[in-house]
Amino acid sequence: MFWYIVRRLLQGIPVFFGSTFIIFTLVFALPGNPVLRMFGDRTPSPEQIAALEAKFHLDEPFLTRYFLYLGDVLQGNLGTTYAGQSVNEILARTFPTTLRLALLAVLIQLIIGVLAGLISGLRKGGIFDHATLIVTLLIISMPVFVLAFVAQWVFGIQLGWFRPTVGAGAPWSDLILPAIVLAGLNLAYVVRLTRASVIETSQNDFVRMAYGKGLSRGRVVPVHILRNSMIPVTTNLAADFGILIVGATVTEGIFNVPGVGNELFKAINRHDTPEIVSIVTILVIVYVLVNIAIDLLYGVLDPRIRYVK
Amino acid sequence: MRISRIAAAAGGVLIASALVLSGCASDTPDDNNGGGSASTGVVNVAWSEPENPLIPANTNEVNGGQILNNIFAGLVYYKADGSWDYDAAESIESDDYINWTIKLKADQKFSDGTPVTAESFVKAWQWAASNPDLLNQWWFIDAIAFKGGTYDGGDNTLALDVVDDTTFTVELASPRADFPIALGYTVFFPLPESFFDDPDAFGEAPIGNGPYKLAEDGWVHGESLALVPNDSYTGPRKAQNGGLNFKVYATLDAAYADLLSDNVDIVDSVPTSALGTFKDELGDRAVEQATAVFQSFTIQYGLEHFGDDEEGVLRREAISHAINRSEITDVIFQGTRTPAEDFTSPVIAGFDPASIEGSDVLKYDPELAKELWTQADAIAPWSGTFQLAYNADGGHQEWVDATVNSIKNALGIDAVGLPYPDFAGLRTEVNDRTIKAAFRSGWQFDFPSQANILGALYVTGAGSNDADFSNAEFDDLFRQGLASPTQEEQSKLFNQAQGILFQELPAIPLWYGAVTAGYSTLVDNVEFGWDSWPILYNITKSE
Repeated sequence: MFWYIVRRLLQGIPVFFGSTFIIFTLVFALPGNPVLRMFGDRTPSPEQIAALEAKFHLDEPFLTRYFLYLGDVLQGNLGTTYAGQSVNEILARTFPTTLRLALLAVLIQLIIGVLAGLISGLRKGGIFDHATLIVTLLIISMPVFVLAFVAQWVFGIQLGWFRPTVGAGAPWSDLILPAIVLAGLNLAYVVRLTRASVIETSQNDFVRMAYGKGLSRGRVVPVHILRNSMIPVTTNLAADFGILIVGATVTEGIFNVPGVGNELFKAINRHDTPEIVSIVTILVIVYVLVNIAIDLLYGVLDPRIRYVK
Repeated sequence: MRISRIAAAAGGVLIASALVLSGCASDTPDDNNGGGSASTGVVNVAWSEPENPLIPANTNEVNGGQILNNIFAGLVYYKADGSWDYDAAESIESDDYINWTIKLKADQKFSDGTPVTAESFVKAWQWAASNPDLLNQWWFIDAIAFKGGTYDGGDNTLALDVVDDTTFTVELASPRADFPIALGYTVFFPLPESFFDDPDAFGEAPIGNGPYKLAEDGWVHGESLALVPNDSYTGPRKAQNGGLNFKVYATLDAAYADLLSDNVDIVDSVPTSALGTFKDELGDRAVEQATAVFQSFTIQYGLEHFGDDEEGVLRREAISHAINRSEITDVIFQGTRTPAEDFTSPVIAGFDPASIEGSDVLKYDPELAKELWTQADAIAPWSGTFQLAYNADGGHQEWVDATVNSIKNALGIDAVGLPYPDFAGLRTEVNDRTIKAAFRSGWQFDFPSQANILGALYVTGAGSNDADFSNAEFDDLFRQGLASPTQEEQSKLFNQAQGILFQELPAIPLWYGAVTAGYSTLVDNVEFGWDSWPILYNITKSE
């Protein structure tokens, strides 16, 4: 087990170099000179272009730029944006917010999704089951920005239950509405997965056995059925956590959440190479780590699944 | 040119929109100087993070500009209607429009307590002119043409002299009577001594001499920037509220959603998605007024069939006549822009399209267009497709499609829009002269003078003359206009010069921009200026 973890973590090193190199290449391949964008419709003089290119190392060949960047990174410095801000600071500022948003979304999925899935599964074919299937189908088929705009309009502006956008410091209360929208993406899958899993588990001999022993429903459902149904659901939620962190850009934009997704979007618009590369790389690493965590989680949840070595 | 918020966000010229300007002289509201009338509420303003540190010579976009404009007092300031008055200056005088003597009001202070002297201006300008990697450096060389300014930089190259604590002199390379008007622009703000010790630190926490100052730890990156009234400011722009809180928004839509629920007080640009509804939703609080933005498209003279010859002129005229501007502004922009009538803007002094010869080339006339096109075909037959390039990240697709359709229908040729993924890509091809299509262009005025656009875009060899237009007669009229002592004489010459632009059409004028904005129920005395910026110091809000 220990060596398994070490090996997985060591795999992170080529992932880091590979991802930075690929992203650097892609950003480098973007057409157009970012210096010209800084001047809007005005055309700068050749001297100004040359001076700014030199300032940002844009006049260097690709490999030189990549190694300059790597040199900074190896010293723990993710570079600075064209505006001179440290990318470390930007990440330190934006990442916690996105993390909190994703965490909240996963919690909402866990509570609502598992509860709805459990009830549906236990009362297969009932009214609640059918209603849940229809509602989740509707939510799955709706693009996230539609969901976000509708939620913002109805609950934020018309009813006034939430602030339409996230306020200063991104307090938890302001994050609830965007987290619900974000959770909606995967909620339907959690419901369906839980439902299927509960139905399957309920038909197992040990459940019949438990009832046969005279155990009450209140004991069988949480301990015997739910616990054994949670393996696929938990891994789905963990994998989703990674996706949520990486993919919150649209929701963050609409609800003005000061998170990583927002920052990445702005950086791409500015052609801000160091910022784009650093943010994307960090996201890749987070994703890798989350996946390692999932693999470990399997073993914890189900003693039958253990990696030997 | 100022880069607007949307240009910053989306990379394009700002998506503003226009209304007919009804007699531009709306007198500024009473000055509220009577002490007790000032309010104490803090006004929340929708904003996004500036692209650069807050240094006047390196700030050319609207987000940074708005902050600088409120924490600094330049020699002059602009009123809502585009007229100007002295702010830090007592007088700005010249006999020949080359040698200027600038006198400052006595006893002015920066917010750190140090005095504002002639040296504060002279050193700031010399510093700005000395670094080629500053975004606004061109003002000293190209835009105003100070004597001694070069693009290579170098210390103390400008011909500026400190006479005494409150007086300094400026020598320009050629006469220009509108020099004082330009001095309200960001790059001409003074800098305190502490700036030169550490420009980087200054960019994070600027110290100015204006109506506001940065609150302690006021700038939370990615979130907000807070300004409080500056008590040591004695000029005409005294703050009428308890401060300004600029809130960062990622999208215009998010800002607008907050405006509807009074979470933000000033939104200076309504999102495209709300253009159709914002007047209903905001009522009296919806703002729609003309602003100093000129939109066009440019065809470089190097493009085949569009050279500097008879054929080129005929084709340019044909294309101009083929565009149904009023229909496009009505349908695509829902009436929030007005068809262009000249090469400047209705809010800029001297606007008088009726006096300009040849401006009827802007009239939609498909038959005449077809006829002119056929005449051009007789010189050299047309083949291929007329392409109009635009950056797809700036919300231009709709009007480009409508425009090329109009051209296609009128001329019976193939015409298509040519999208570039982003603004940098488009500008690079324009700059390298490798672009093989007409391309969208525009100008947002930096200071309220026709010279700002005519000089930058159409004078031979001018920095932003992307068409490579060159006409000696135009250059001559422009220079004479610059040196004219009165506004009337200047405009007369400038409008004569515009007559040449209409003959040659280095750019095809399309329409004028407008500001479409709104404010919350909590604020009063909201006014938007000629430049589309809200006049923040005048806004009142009770606590």
